[in-house]
Amino acid sequence: MNIEQQDFYTQAILSLAALVGLTSFLMLGQGRLLRLIFVFALQGFLLSFTTALAGFSLDNPHLYISAVLTLLLKVIFIPWMLRREVILMNTQRDIETLKNKTALMMGGAGLMVFSYYVLHPIVQTTSPVMLNALAVSLSVVLLGMLLMITHRQAVAHVVGFMSIENGLFFAAIVATNGMPMVVELGVAFDVLVAAVLFGIFFFHIRTSIDSLDVDRLNRLHEVDK
Amino acid sequence: MIAAYLVLLIPFVGILFFALAGHRADTGKINVRFNAVCLVATISLAINVLNQGTILSANKAFLIDPFNVYLIVLTAFVGLTTSIFSAPYMAHEKELGKLTDKRLKLYYSMYQGFMLAMYLVLTTNNMGVMWVAMEGATLATVLLVSLYRTPESIEAAWKYFILCGVGIAQALFGTILLYYAAAQIGNGEDSLLWSVLYEHASQLNPEILEIAFVFMLIGYGTKIGLVPLHNWLPDAHSEGPTPMSAVLSGLLLNDALYAVVRNKMLVDGANLSDMAGHLMMGFGLISFLVAAFFLHRQKDIKRLFSYSSIEHMGMMTFAFGIGTPLSTFAALLHMTVHSLTKSAIFVTVGHAAQVAGSQRMEKIRGLIKTQPRIGWGLLIGTIAIAGFPPFGVFTSEFLVLLSTMHSYPWLSPFLLLGIGIAFAGLFRHIQPMVFGDKPEGQLPVHANLWPVIIHLALVLWLGLSIPGFLANWFSQATILISGSTPL
Repeated sequence: MNIEQQDFYTQAILSLAALVGLTSFLMLGQGRLLRLIFVFALQGFLLSFTTALAGFSLDNPHLYISAVLTLLLKVIFIPWMLRREVILMNTQRDIETLKNKTALMMGGAGLMVFSYYVLHPIVQTTSPVMLNALAVSLSVVLLGMLLMITHRQAVAHVVGFMSIENGLFFAAIVATNGMPMVVELGVAFDVLVAAVLFGIFFFHIRTSIDSLDVDRLNRLHEVDK
Repeated sequence: MIAAYLVLLIPFVGILFFALAGHRADTGKINVRFNAVCLVATISLAINVLNQGTILSANKAFLIDPFNVYLIVLTAFVGLTTSIFSAPYMAHEKELGKLTDKRLKLYYSMYQGFMLAMYLVLTTNNMGVMWVAMEGATLATVLLVSLYRTPESIEAAWKYFILCGVGIAQALFGTILLYYAAAQIGNGEDSLLWSVLYEHASQLNPEILEIAFVFMLIGYGTKIGLVPLHNWLPDAHSEGPTPMSAVLSGLLLNDALYAVVRNKMLVDGANLSDMAGHLMMGFGLISFLVAAFFLHRQKDIKRLFSYSSIEHMGMMTFAFGIGTPLSTFAALLHMTVHSLTKSAIFVTVGHAAQVAGSQRMEKIRGLIKTQPRIGWGLLIGTIAIAGFPPFGVFTSEFLVLLSTMHSYPWLSPFLLLGIGIAFAGLFRHIQPMVFGDKPEGQLPVHANLWPVIIHLALVLWLGLSIPGFLANWFSQATILISGSTPL
């Protein structure tokens, strides 16, 4: 299959998928919190753009609503909230030292290959384009998890959490042209509530352990020592 | 059908009422009334379903069939009895100065929020809405886990939030794949409706569905507390207020398992391989065994019983995984008796911890001498949950064992081993807490033990003889899930 033979929309989706995947890798290797939040906002913007493009190309007006919701939540509200938190905690200049960055990036690449491997069976029933889009979405989800495992800052965990949601949204739009409206609104509502709760949590964690480093959350054990 | 809307409307009104009215002296009692009205509505709904069979609402948004209707009644019942327990319990916590009026307002409002999310998970016909409601249940309870605002409780809530949030995101990916498979048949926006999916299950692409199921199992499995995704569960149970532990163990875990079983029914309809069942059996058995061993190493009484919940959820997952009519019947029965027994135990545990002023088991001693009713409640509850005859847990565990011997005889030693280890783990901790001398300075607390008595009496009744209408109900649900009658 040659990419030039595809229509414009498919080509655009493939490029956007590549860019979304790229932003995930950028986040993975990022030690500075403010830049991490910026890249996250960028990923949100790409997602919102993809949604609008799908809405335009498929003539599906409800995708515009979803694009606006994504823009408001993932590009404006959540990054604003996280940025405020970083500045409040005075951690904007800290650089988190990530152990063994090379291995981390290799691991990320491995996860991407793994996503293709997992989703390969569906290629029999659908176009390779769909496989690419779905595999990139899954790898964004997995890379978000890897981000949460390797970073120690609570803010980075929230970015990872939300970037997992981004990956899911991308899959929903590209593979199925958006979920039914009621589901999409429900998911957006959940994300909004989750973001507000994270804000409340930052406040509690800050007041109780005076830091947003999750390594300090270590009082509870599986068995008593 | 009006009853179904009512079941959703009442908790919704409850959220707004408690959030707006603020905390008053009688808020706990009002909470009981909200739950009581809900229970009446669910019972009338159940009678409707018994008489007419499956009900599908006019806009196809809600589906009530024999499988979910009994869980709806169970949810309402445990919700009611836990609220009866919670009123004096929370008042006592306030007297101790652990809670303020503002936090109690949040507590009661979110109690109703949690109930609403549970009812929505059970009644909805839309797999996407089911996911949304499941996530909603996490969001409603996460601030309740950190209600005491101690560093431990905040850590537990953070873990709960992150782990369940990430876990359940996998289930959303599974739902998207399901929708993707369904969209190929072409029912437009209706594709995600369970009734439509079930009708067309044989046309769905089995390969996509299998991948989707793996994600669903991991996602909802996090909420069931399947090992190795169980980490949040003991923390959330031990650090949150005790009524929350009771409803989390009694309701949330069940409803997550319900979501998995719904998906399994679709996968089973789409292809003839047993992949979904085998996965559930594996995860279930591992959870069951690991949790049984962990019971021995606990120091905190609420953590002890949360591991026991993991153990029982593992057994149910295993039994649903086997998938024969008998094992499905056993799993349905086990869901009921486990919910009833475990919430009764958490009620007594809550009072026992108030008597001792600590949740650490070495501080809780001589309960039968200090406050006999709590001591006996805890002892009988533990006997019931450990699977002694004549209680209902024995019946269901025996049926699970029987069906295992029938289908996978080589797995039955593992089951027996797990039951034995769990029994030893529970009793080595419970025995000194209940018997023995009364420690200095421990005074009885004001406790309403009616919820415990009613729950344990019901479990005993289910152990001695399952009433005809209930057996009929379980049989109908079994036919729905596994295709034929259990006997």
